[in-house]
Parts: sequence; C-alpha cells; structure tokens
Amino acid sequence: MTNDRTMYRNLLTLVAAGSMLVLSSSAFSADEGGAHGAVQPPRQSWSFAGPFGKYDEAQLQRGFKVYKEVCSACHSLDYLSFRNLSEAGGPGFSAAQAAQVAKEYKIKDGPNDSGEMFEREGRLADHFPSPFPNEQAARAANGGAAPPDLSVIAKARTYERGFPWFVFDIFTQYQEQGPDYIAALLHGYEDAPKGFQLPPGAHYNKYFPGHALGMPPPLSKDQVTFDDGTPATVEQMAKDVAAFLMWTAEPHMTARKRIGFQVMIFLIVLSGLLYFTKKKVWASVH
Amino acid sequence: MTGHSTYQPTNGFMKWLERRLPIGGLVHSSFVAYPTPRNLNYWWTFGGILSFMLGVQIVTGIVLAMHYTPHVDLAFKSVEGIMRDVNYGWLLRYVHANGAAMFFLAVYVHIFRGMYYGSYKEPREVLWILGVIIYLLMMATGFMGYVLPWGQMSFWAATVITNLFSAIPGVGDLIVTWLWGGYSVGNPTLNRFFSLHYLLPFVIAGVVVLHVWALHVAGQNNPTGVEPKSDQDTVPFTPYATVKDGFMMACFCIVFAWFVFYVPNYLGHADNYIPANPAVTPAHIVPEWYYLPFYAILRAIPDKLLGVCALIGSIAILAFLPWLDTSKVKSARYRPLYRQFFWLFVITCIGLGWLGSKPAEGLYVIAARLLTVYYFGYFIVVLPLLGIFEKTKPLPNSISESVLGAKA
Repeated sequence: MTNDRTMYRNLLTLVAAGSMLVLSSSAFSADEGGAHGAVQPPRQSWSFAGPFGKYDEAQLQRGFKVYKEVCSACHSLDYLSFRNLSEAGGPGFSAAQAAQVAKEYKIKDGPNDSGEMFEREGRLADHFPSPFPNEQAARAANGGAAPPDLSVIAKARTYERGFPWFVFDIFTQYQEQGPDYIAALLHGYEDAPKGFQLPPGAHYNKYFPGHALGMPPPLSKDQVTFDDGTPATVEQMAKDVAAFLMWTAEPHMTARKRIGFQVMIFLIVLSGLLYFTKKKVWASVH
Repeated sequence: MTGHSTYQPTNGFMKWLERRLPIGGLVHSSFVAYPTPRNLNYWWTFGGILSFMLGVQIVTGIVLAMHYTPHVDLAFKSVEGIMRDVNYGWLLRYVHANGAAMFFLAVYVHIFRGMYYGSYKEPREVLWILGVIIYLLMMATGFMGYVLPWGQMSFWAATVITNLFSAIPGVGDLIVTWLWGGYSVGNPTLNRFFSLHYLLPFVIAGVVVLHVWALHVAGQNNPTGVEPKSDQDTVPFTPYATVKDGFMMACFCIVFAWFVFYVPNYLGHADNYIPANPAVTPAHIVPEWYYLPFYAILRAIPDKLLGVCALIGSIAILAFLPWLDTSKVKSARYRPLYRQFFWLFVITCIGLGWLGSKPAEGLYVIAARLLTVYYFGYFIVVLPLLGIFEKTKPLPNSISESVLGAKA
C-alpha cells in the first residue's frame, strides 16, 4: 500500500513538473500572438453556455432576421432546411411561420414532364437556397473570394486559447470560441494602423487573422428592425446572428446537454453502487 | 484457458451443449475461475476498459457507416446529415469521435502501466508484442477514421501522412501514387480509407483475442512483479476482478460522457468543419492529440527520410523492450533508479505531445530534439545499463506476504 502511495505521489509530482515545463515554455510562444496579430475576442455571456445551456428563442429569431436581411445576400446556409426553424430546441417558430418563411423564397426545381426547369415557392422540406448559382459566380461577385457557407461556421472558426486556458476549458466547458469570434469580428472593423499595407478591396478588422478581410463591414445601426423592439445596435445584431449561427451549427445542442445531465446522474449513481459492491466483495480479501 | 475446466454445468441444456461444444467451460475458466493476483491495483482495470471501448467503437461505427457516404463530394455533407437528420446521429458521431480519443487515453495508461511494472518481461514477451501490434493497428484505424469526414484537417492529414512514404529512396513516389490510387489524395483514397477503416477494427478484435489468450497462458503480472506461488496469492476473476473492473469502467464512462455531452468538439480541430479544399492549406496542419508525440519526433529531424525512420523507430522500438530492459526485477517498486527514469520518460512523451501541436520553428524544434534524444536514449542506453548497475530493493517472498506485510 505504501508503494501505491509512492506511485500517486510520483503522479502528482509528474503533473506539477509537466505544468512547470509548459508554463516556463510560454516564453517560447510569447511572440506567437504577434505573428498572427489577431486580438483575442472578448468573452460574451451566452444563454447556451454551460451544462444547462439553452438557446434563447427570441435571440435566435432576431439572429435569423439579421441573417435573412443582411448575410443571406452573399452567404449560403446549405445544410439548413426551412423545417428546422420550427423544430424543438431552435428559434421556436411555429410550423405555419416556418412555411411562411419558406414561401418567401423562390426554389429552382425540375425538370418537369416537358423537361423544363422551373421556379416555385419554397416548402418546409427545402433547404435555404444559395444566393449565387455556383462557386465561380460567388467568387466573381466578391472580388475573387467566395463568401463561405454559414451552416457550421460557428464550429469552423475559433481562436487560440493558449496554455493554461485550454486545459481549464475542459472543466469550465468553455465551448463558445466560435460565436465569440463571430460576434467580435462583425464589429471589429477599424482604420488600419499606420504602416499596415492593406491590399486593395480588403478591410481592416482587428479580430481577423492577418487583419485584411474581404468582407466589408456588414452591419450598421438600425439596419434591421427587430420585431420584439430590441434596439438594433451593431453589437446587438452581431451577437444575435452569432447565436443564430451557433444554433445552425449545432441544432441538437439543447437535447445533447439535457440528455448529458441524465447520463451523468445515472453514471454517478452506478459508480457509487459499484464502489460499495466492490468494497463488500473485497472485504474478506484485504 | 489452461488446464482442465472445473466448470460443472447444472442446467440441462448447458450439460447437453458442454459435451458437444465446451464453450461454457471456456468462458468459465477464462472469466470466472481464472486466478488473478490478489494485489492488482486500479491501473490493472484498463484492459477491461479497452475491450469495452473497442466494442463501443465497433457498434457506433457500424451504425454510422449505414449513414455515411464515402465520396469526396458527399462525405462532408453526409456527416452533417448524420448530425442533423439521423435520429440521435449527433450522439453516435460524438461518441465515436470522442470514443477514439478515450480509446487512446486508456491505451496509453495501459502501456505505461505495463512499463512501470515490467509487465513485458519473461514470460510475457509475446503478450507485450501482441499489444504493440494492437497499438499500431489502432493508430492506422484512427488515422483513416479521421480522414473520413473530409474536412480540411482530414484532407491535409491524409496528404501529409501518405507523403511520408515518398521519402523511401527510389520507389517512394511510385508507392505514394499506388496508395492514393491517383496522382493526388482524392476519391479513390477516401474509398480505400473507408474500406480499411471498417476492416481494421475486426483485425484488432482478432489480435485482442490472441492478446487475452497469451495473457491467460502467462497469467497477469502484478504490482510486486513476483509470480503467484500458491492459491493464497490469487483470487478468482469473478467476482473480484469483475466488480473492480466494472467500478472503474463506470468511472471512466463519466469522463467519456463529459466529453461527449459537454465538450464534444474540444479534442477535435475547428478546421475540420471546413469542407476539404485541395487549393487552400490550413495555417497549421496538426494530427489528433494522440499522435502528437510521434509527429514531434518526425519534425525534430531535419532530414525527411531520417525523420520518417525516427517516427517508425519510435514505435517499433517498443517491440524490443523485453530485451532492451536487462533487469531481472520486474516492478518499478523495487527499482528506485528505474522509477526516476520512467517518470522522466512519461514527462518526455507529454512534452513531445505538446511540442507536436506547436509550429516546427525556433525553440520548439530544439526542445523537440532534446526530448527525442531522451525518448530513444531511454530504450537504447538507460534500460540496458540500469539492469547492470542498478541496486534493486529486496523482493517480497510472495504476493500474500507483500499484502499482509504492508497491513501489519
């Protein structure tokens, strides 16, 4: 038994030594942020963060409005269907409301019996149509860089957390790097500092890696009118659309966290029962 | 699996079956009556956890394969379909993706435990080598699985790893073309990776059977490294080991579930949610965390061919461990010097892992070179010499003496 204790002590020493090693080596990476020049986006408070996080329906509805009236001019949302808008754990539209949204879109369908392609009103089962007929058209209309699809963008964008924060993130469950980055990016435009060579057609953004962003500042004050009367500041719109994009990237998150809690309770009770069973079984041997 | 079974079927059907196919006796002697050293600690429960993880990966993988499309234009889309439209598809995929990471976490604990207690030594050399083969197969399977979602990291990981073969003098490029099934990583590559990713887990399961067989012939090692001498030294597998393994498995599942339900993308890379694009190279191409130490060794060597040799050597050298370690004493408990070098080795592996995630430049490369030297030095210099020069502590006469002695 004393030997086992030695082993645990050794393990602790190991963890401590490992931390020291990595801490001391943060000197290695002191200039890393400088190399990319990206500024860490500020942490926002999100309703969907943490083990009991849920999407805020009103926020998703506002975010959807920003997407529909602003972003959708250039950005597709390929993996999302209209029916998703009325599904549980989402923005909470009714099926009729979602159908109404679908109707506002023209969907290219066909060929019909006479071999013609035709346009019709959108249905719940349709996916959001792309603003451009193909990638080349998207490129041509946007100075050579096609605007990325936004379906999973909130999971496809992040920023470097660095040591030791990336270790803490496991325990604090900080998973919102994507929406934090998006919200910051959308109002991170400013004048380029002196001496910064901004390529033609690019816009200086302090949160974008490399700073030269092709997308012009997309949001301006009161660009949309929110149905719930929330003032449409740039920060508000940026945050709401970032929350909406988190939902499009992870539409089953609410269910995931709810089931996760049940699974945790089950496993903790099971472990407890097995622990006492083990103690009883082994009592005669020790 | 050794000797005659003591199994006495009571049920009529089992009696009938036992005379025709003695499977009841096999299970009974392997998992019920099998004598297991009474002093095993919790580090010995990871073998059971690994079998469980293999099962989880195979079951979730088979269902995922029903919904996945191995085609360059459809793979990413079909994975998103699983995440969105397949009932509990998100759960299956997150269990499978994080399950791979947990599988490796458990295998690393299992390997380090074997190294600490000298479980690779006589008469368990074949058992150990079978383990190294399983680990190699796991690496191949995990790598090919990572390619299947066909995101940016999938594509570029496939490109980087297959390109390693181009370092082979003379025929390198030919081999790479043959591996790709074309002149770049493309649809034929994805198809064969899917096929092999489905095949290899069953090969692993087969080698696991051999591994368990070898284990049951040699018997388990134990924290003292002294072989069991009498019935006093062992307890039957069931209920003792079963309940202990079960408890630890449930605890392990808590960690597993934490990742699956709360931080499912933590161990992944954001770039893999960007569809594969051969025209755009990601800023940093990094493999999954469980390959990082080997990736650091590869990049520590300035020459490509030598780097690949070091990478292969760093894994292959494990197979020679039973003969590189010259000490007659198994357990690190009685080897005070070995213990220091062992923990230094563990820190080296973790350090290499961290360096593997960093760009290969400046001080990172120098640190990676130093750690690489220790990694190989541990096997080639430290272990052979320690066996000659180390003064070991006296061993207990038997397992039961060590258990009762500690209690008194």
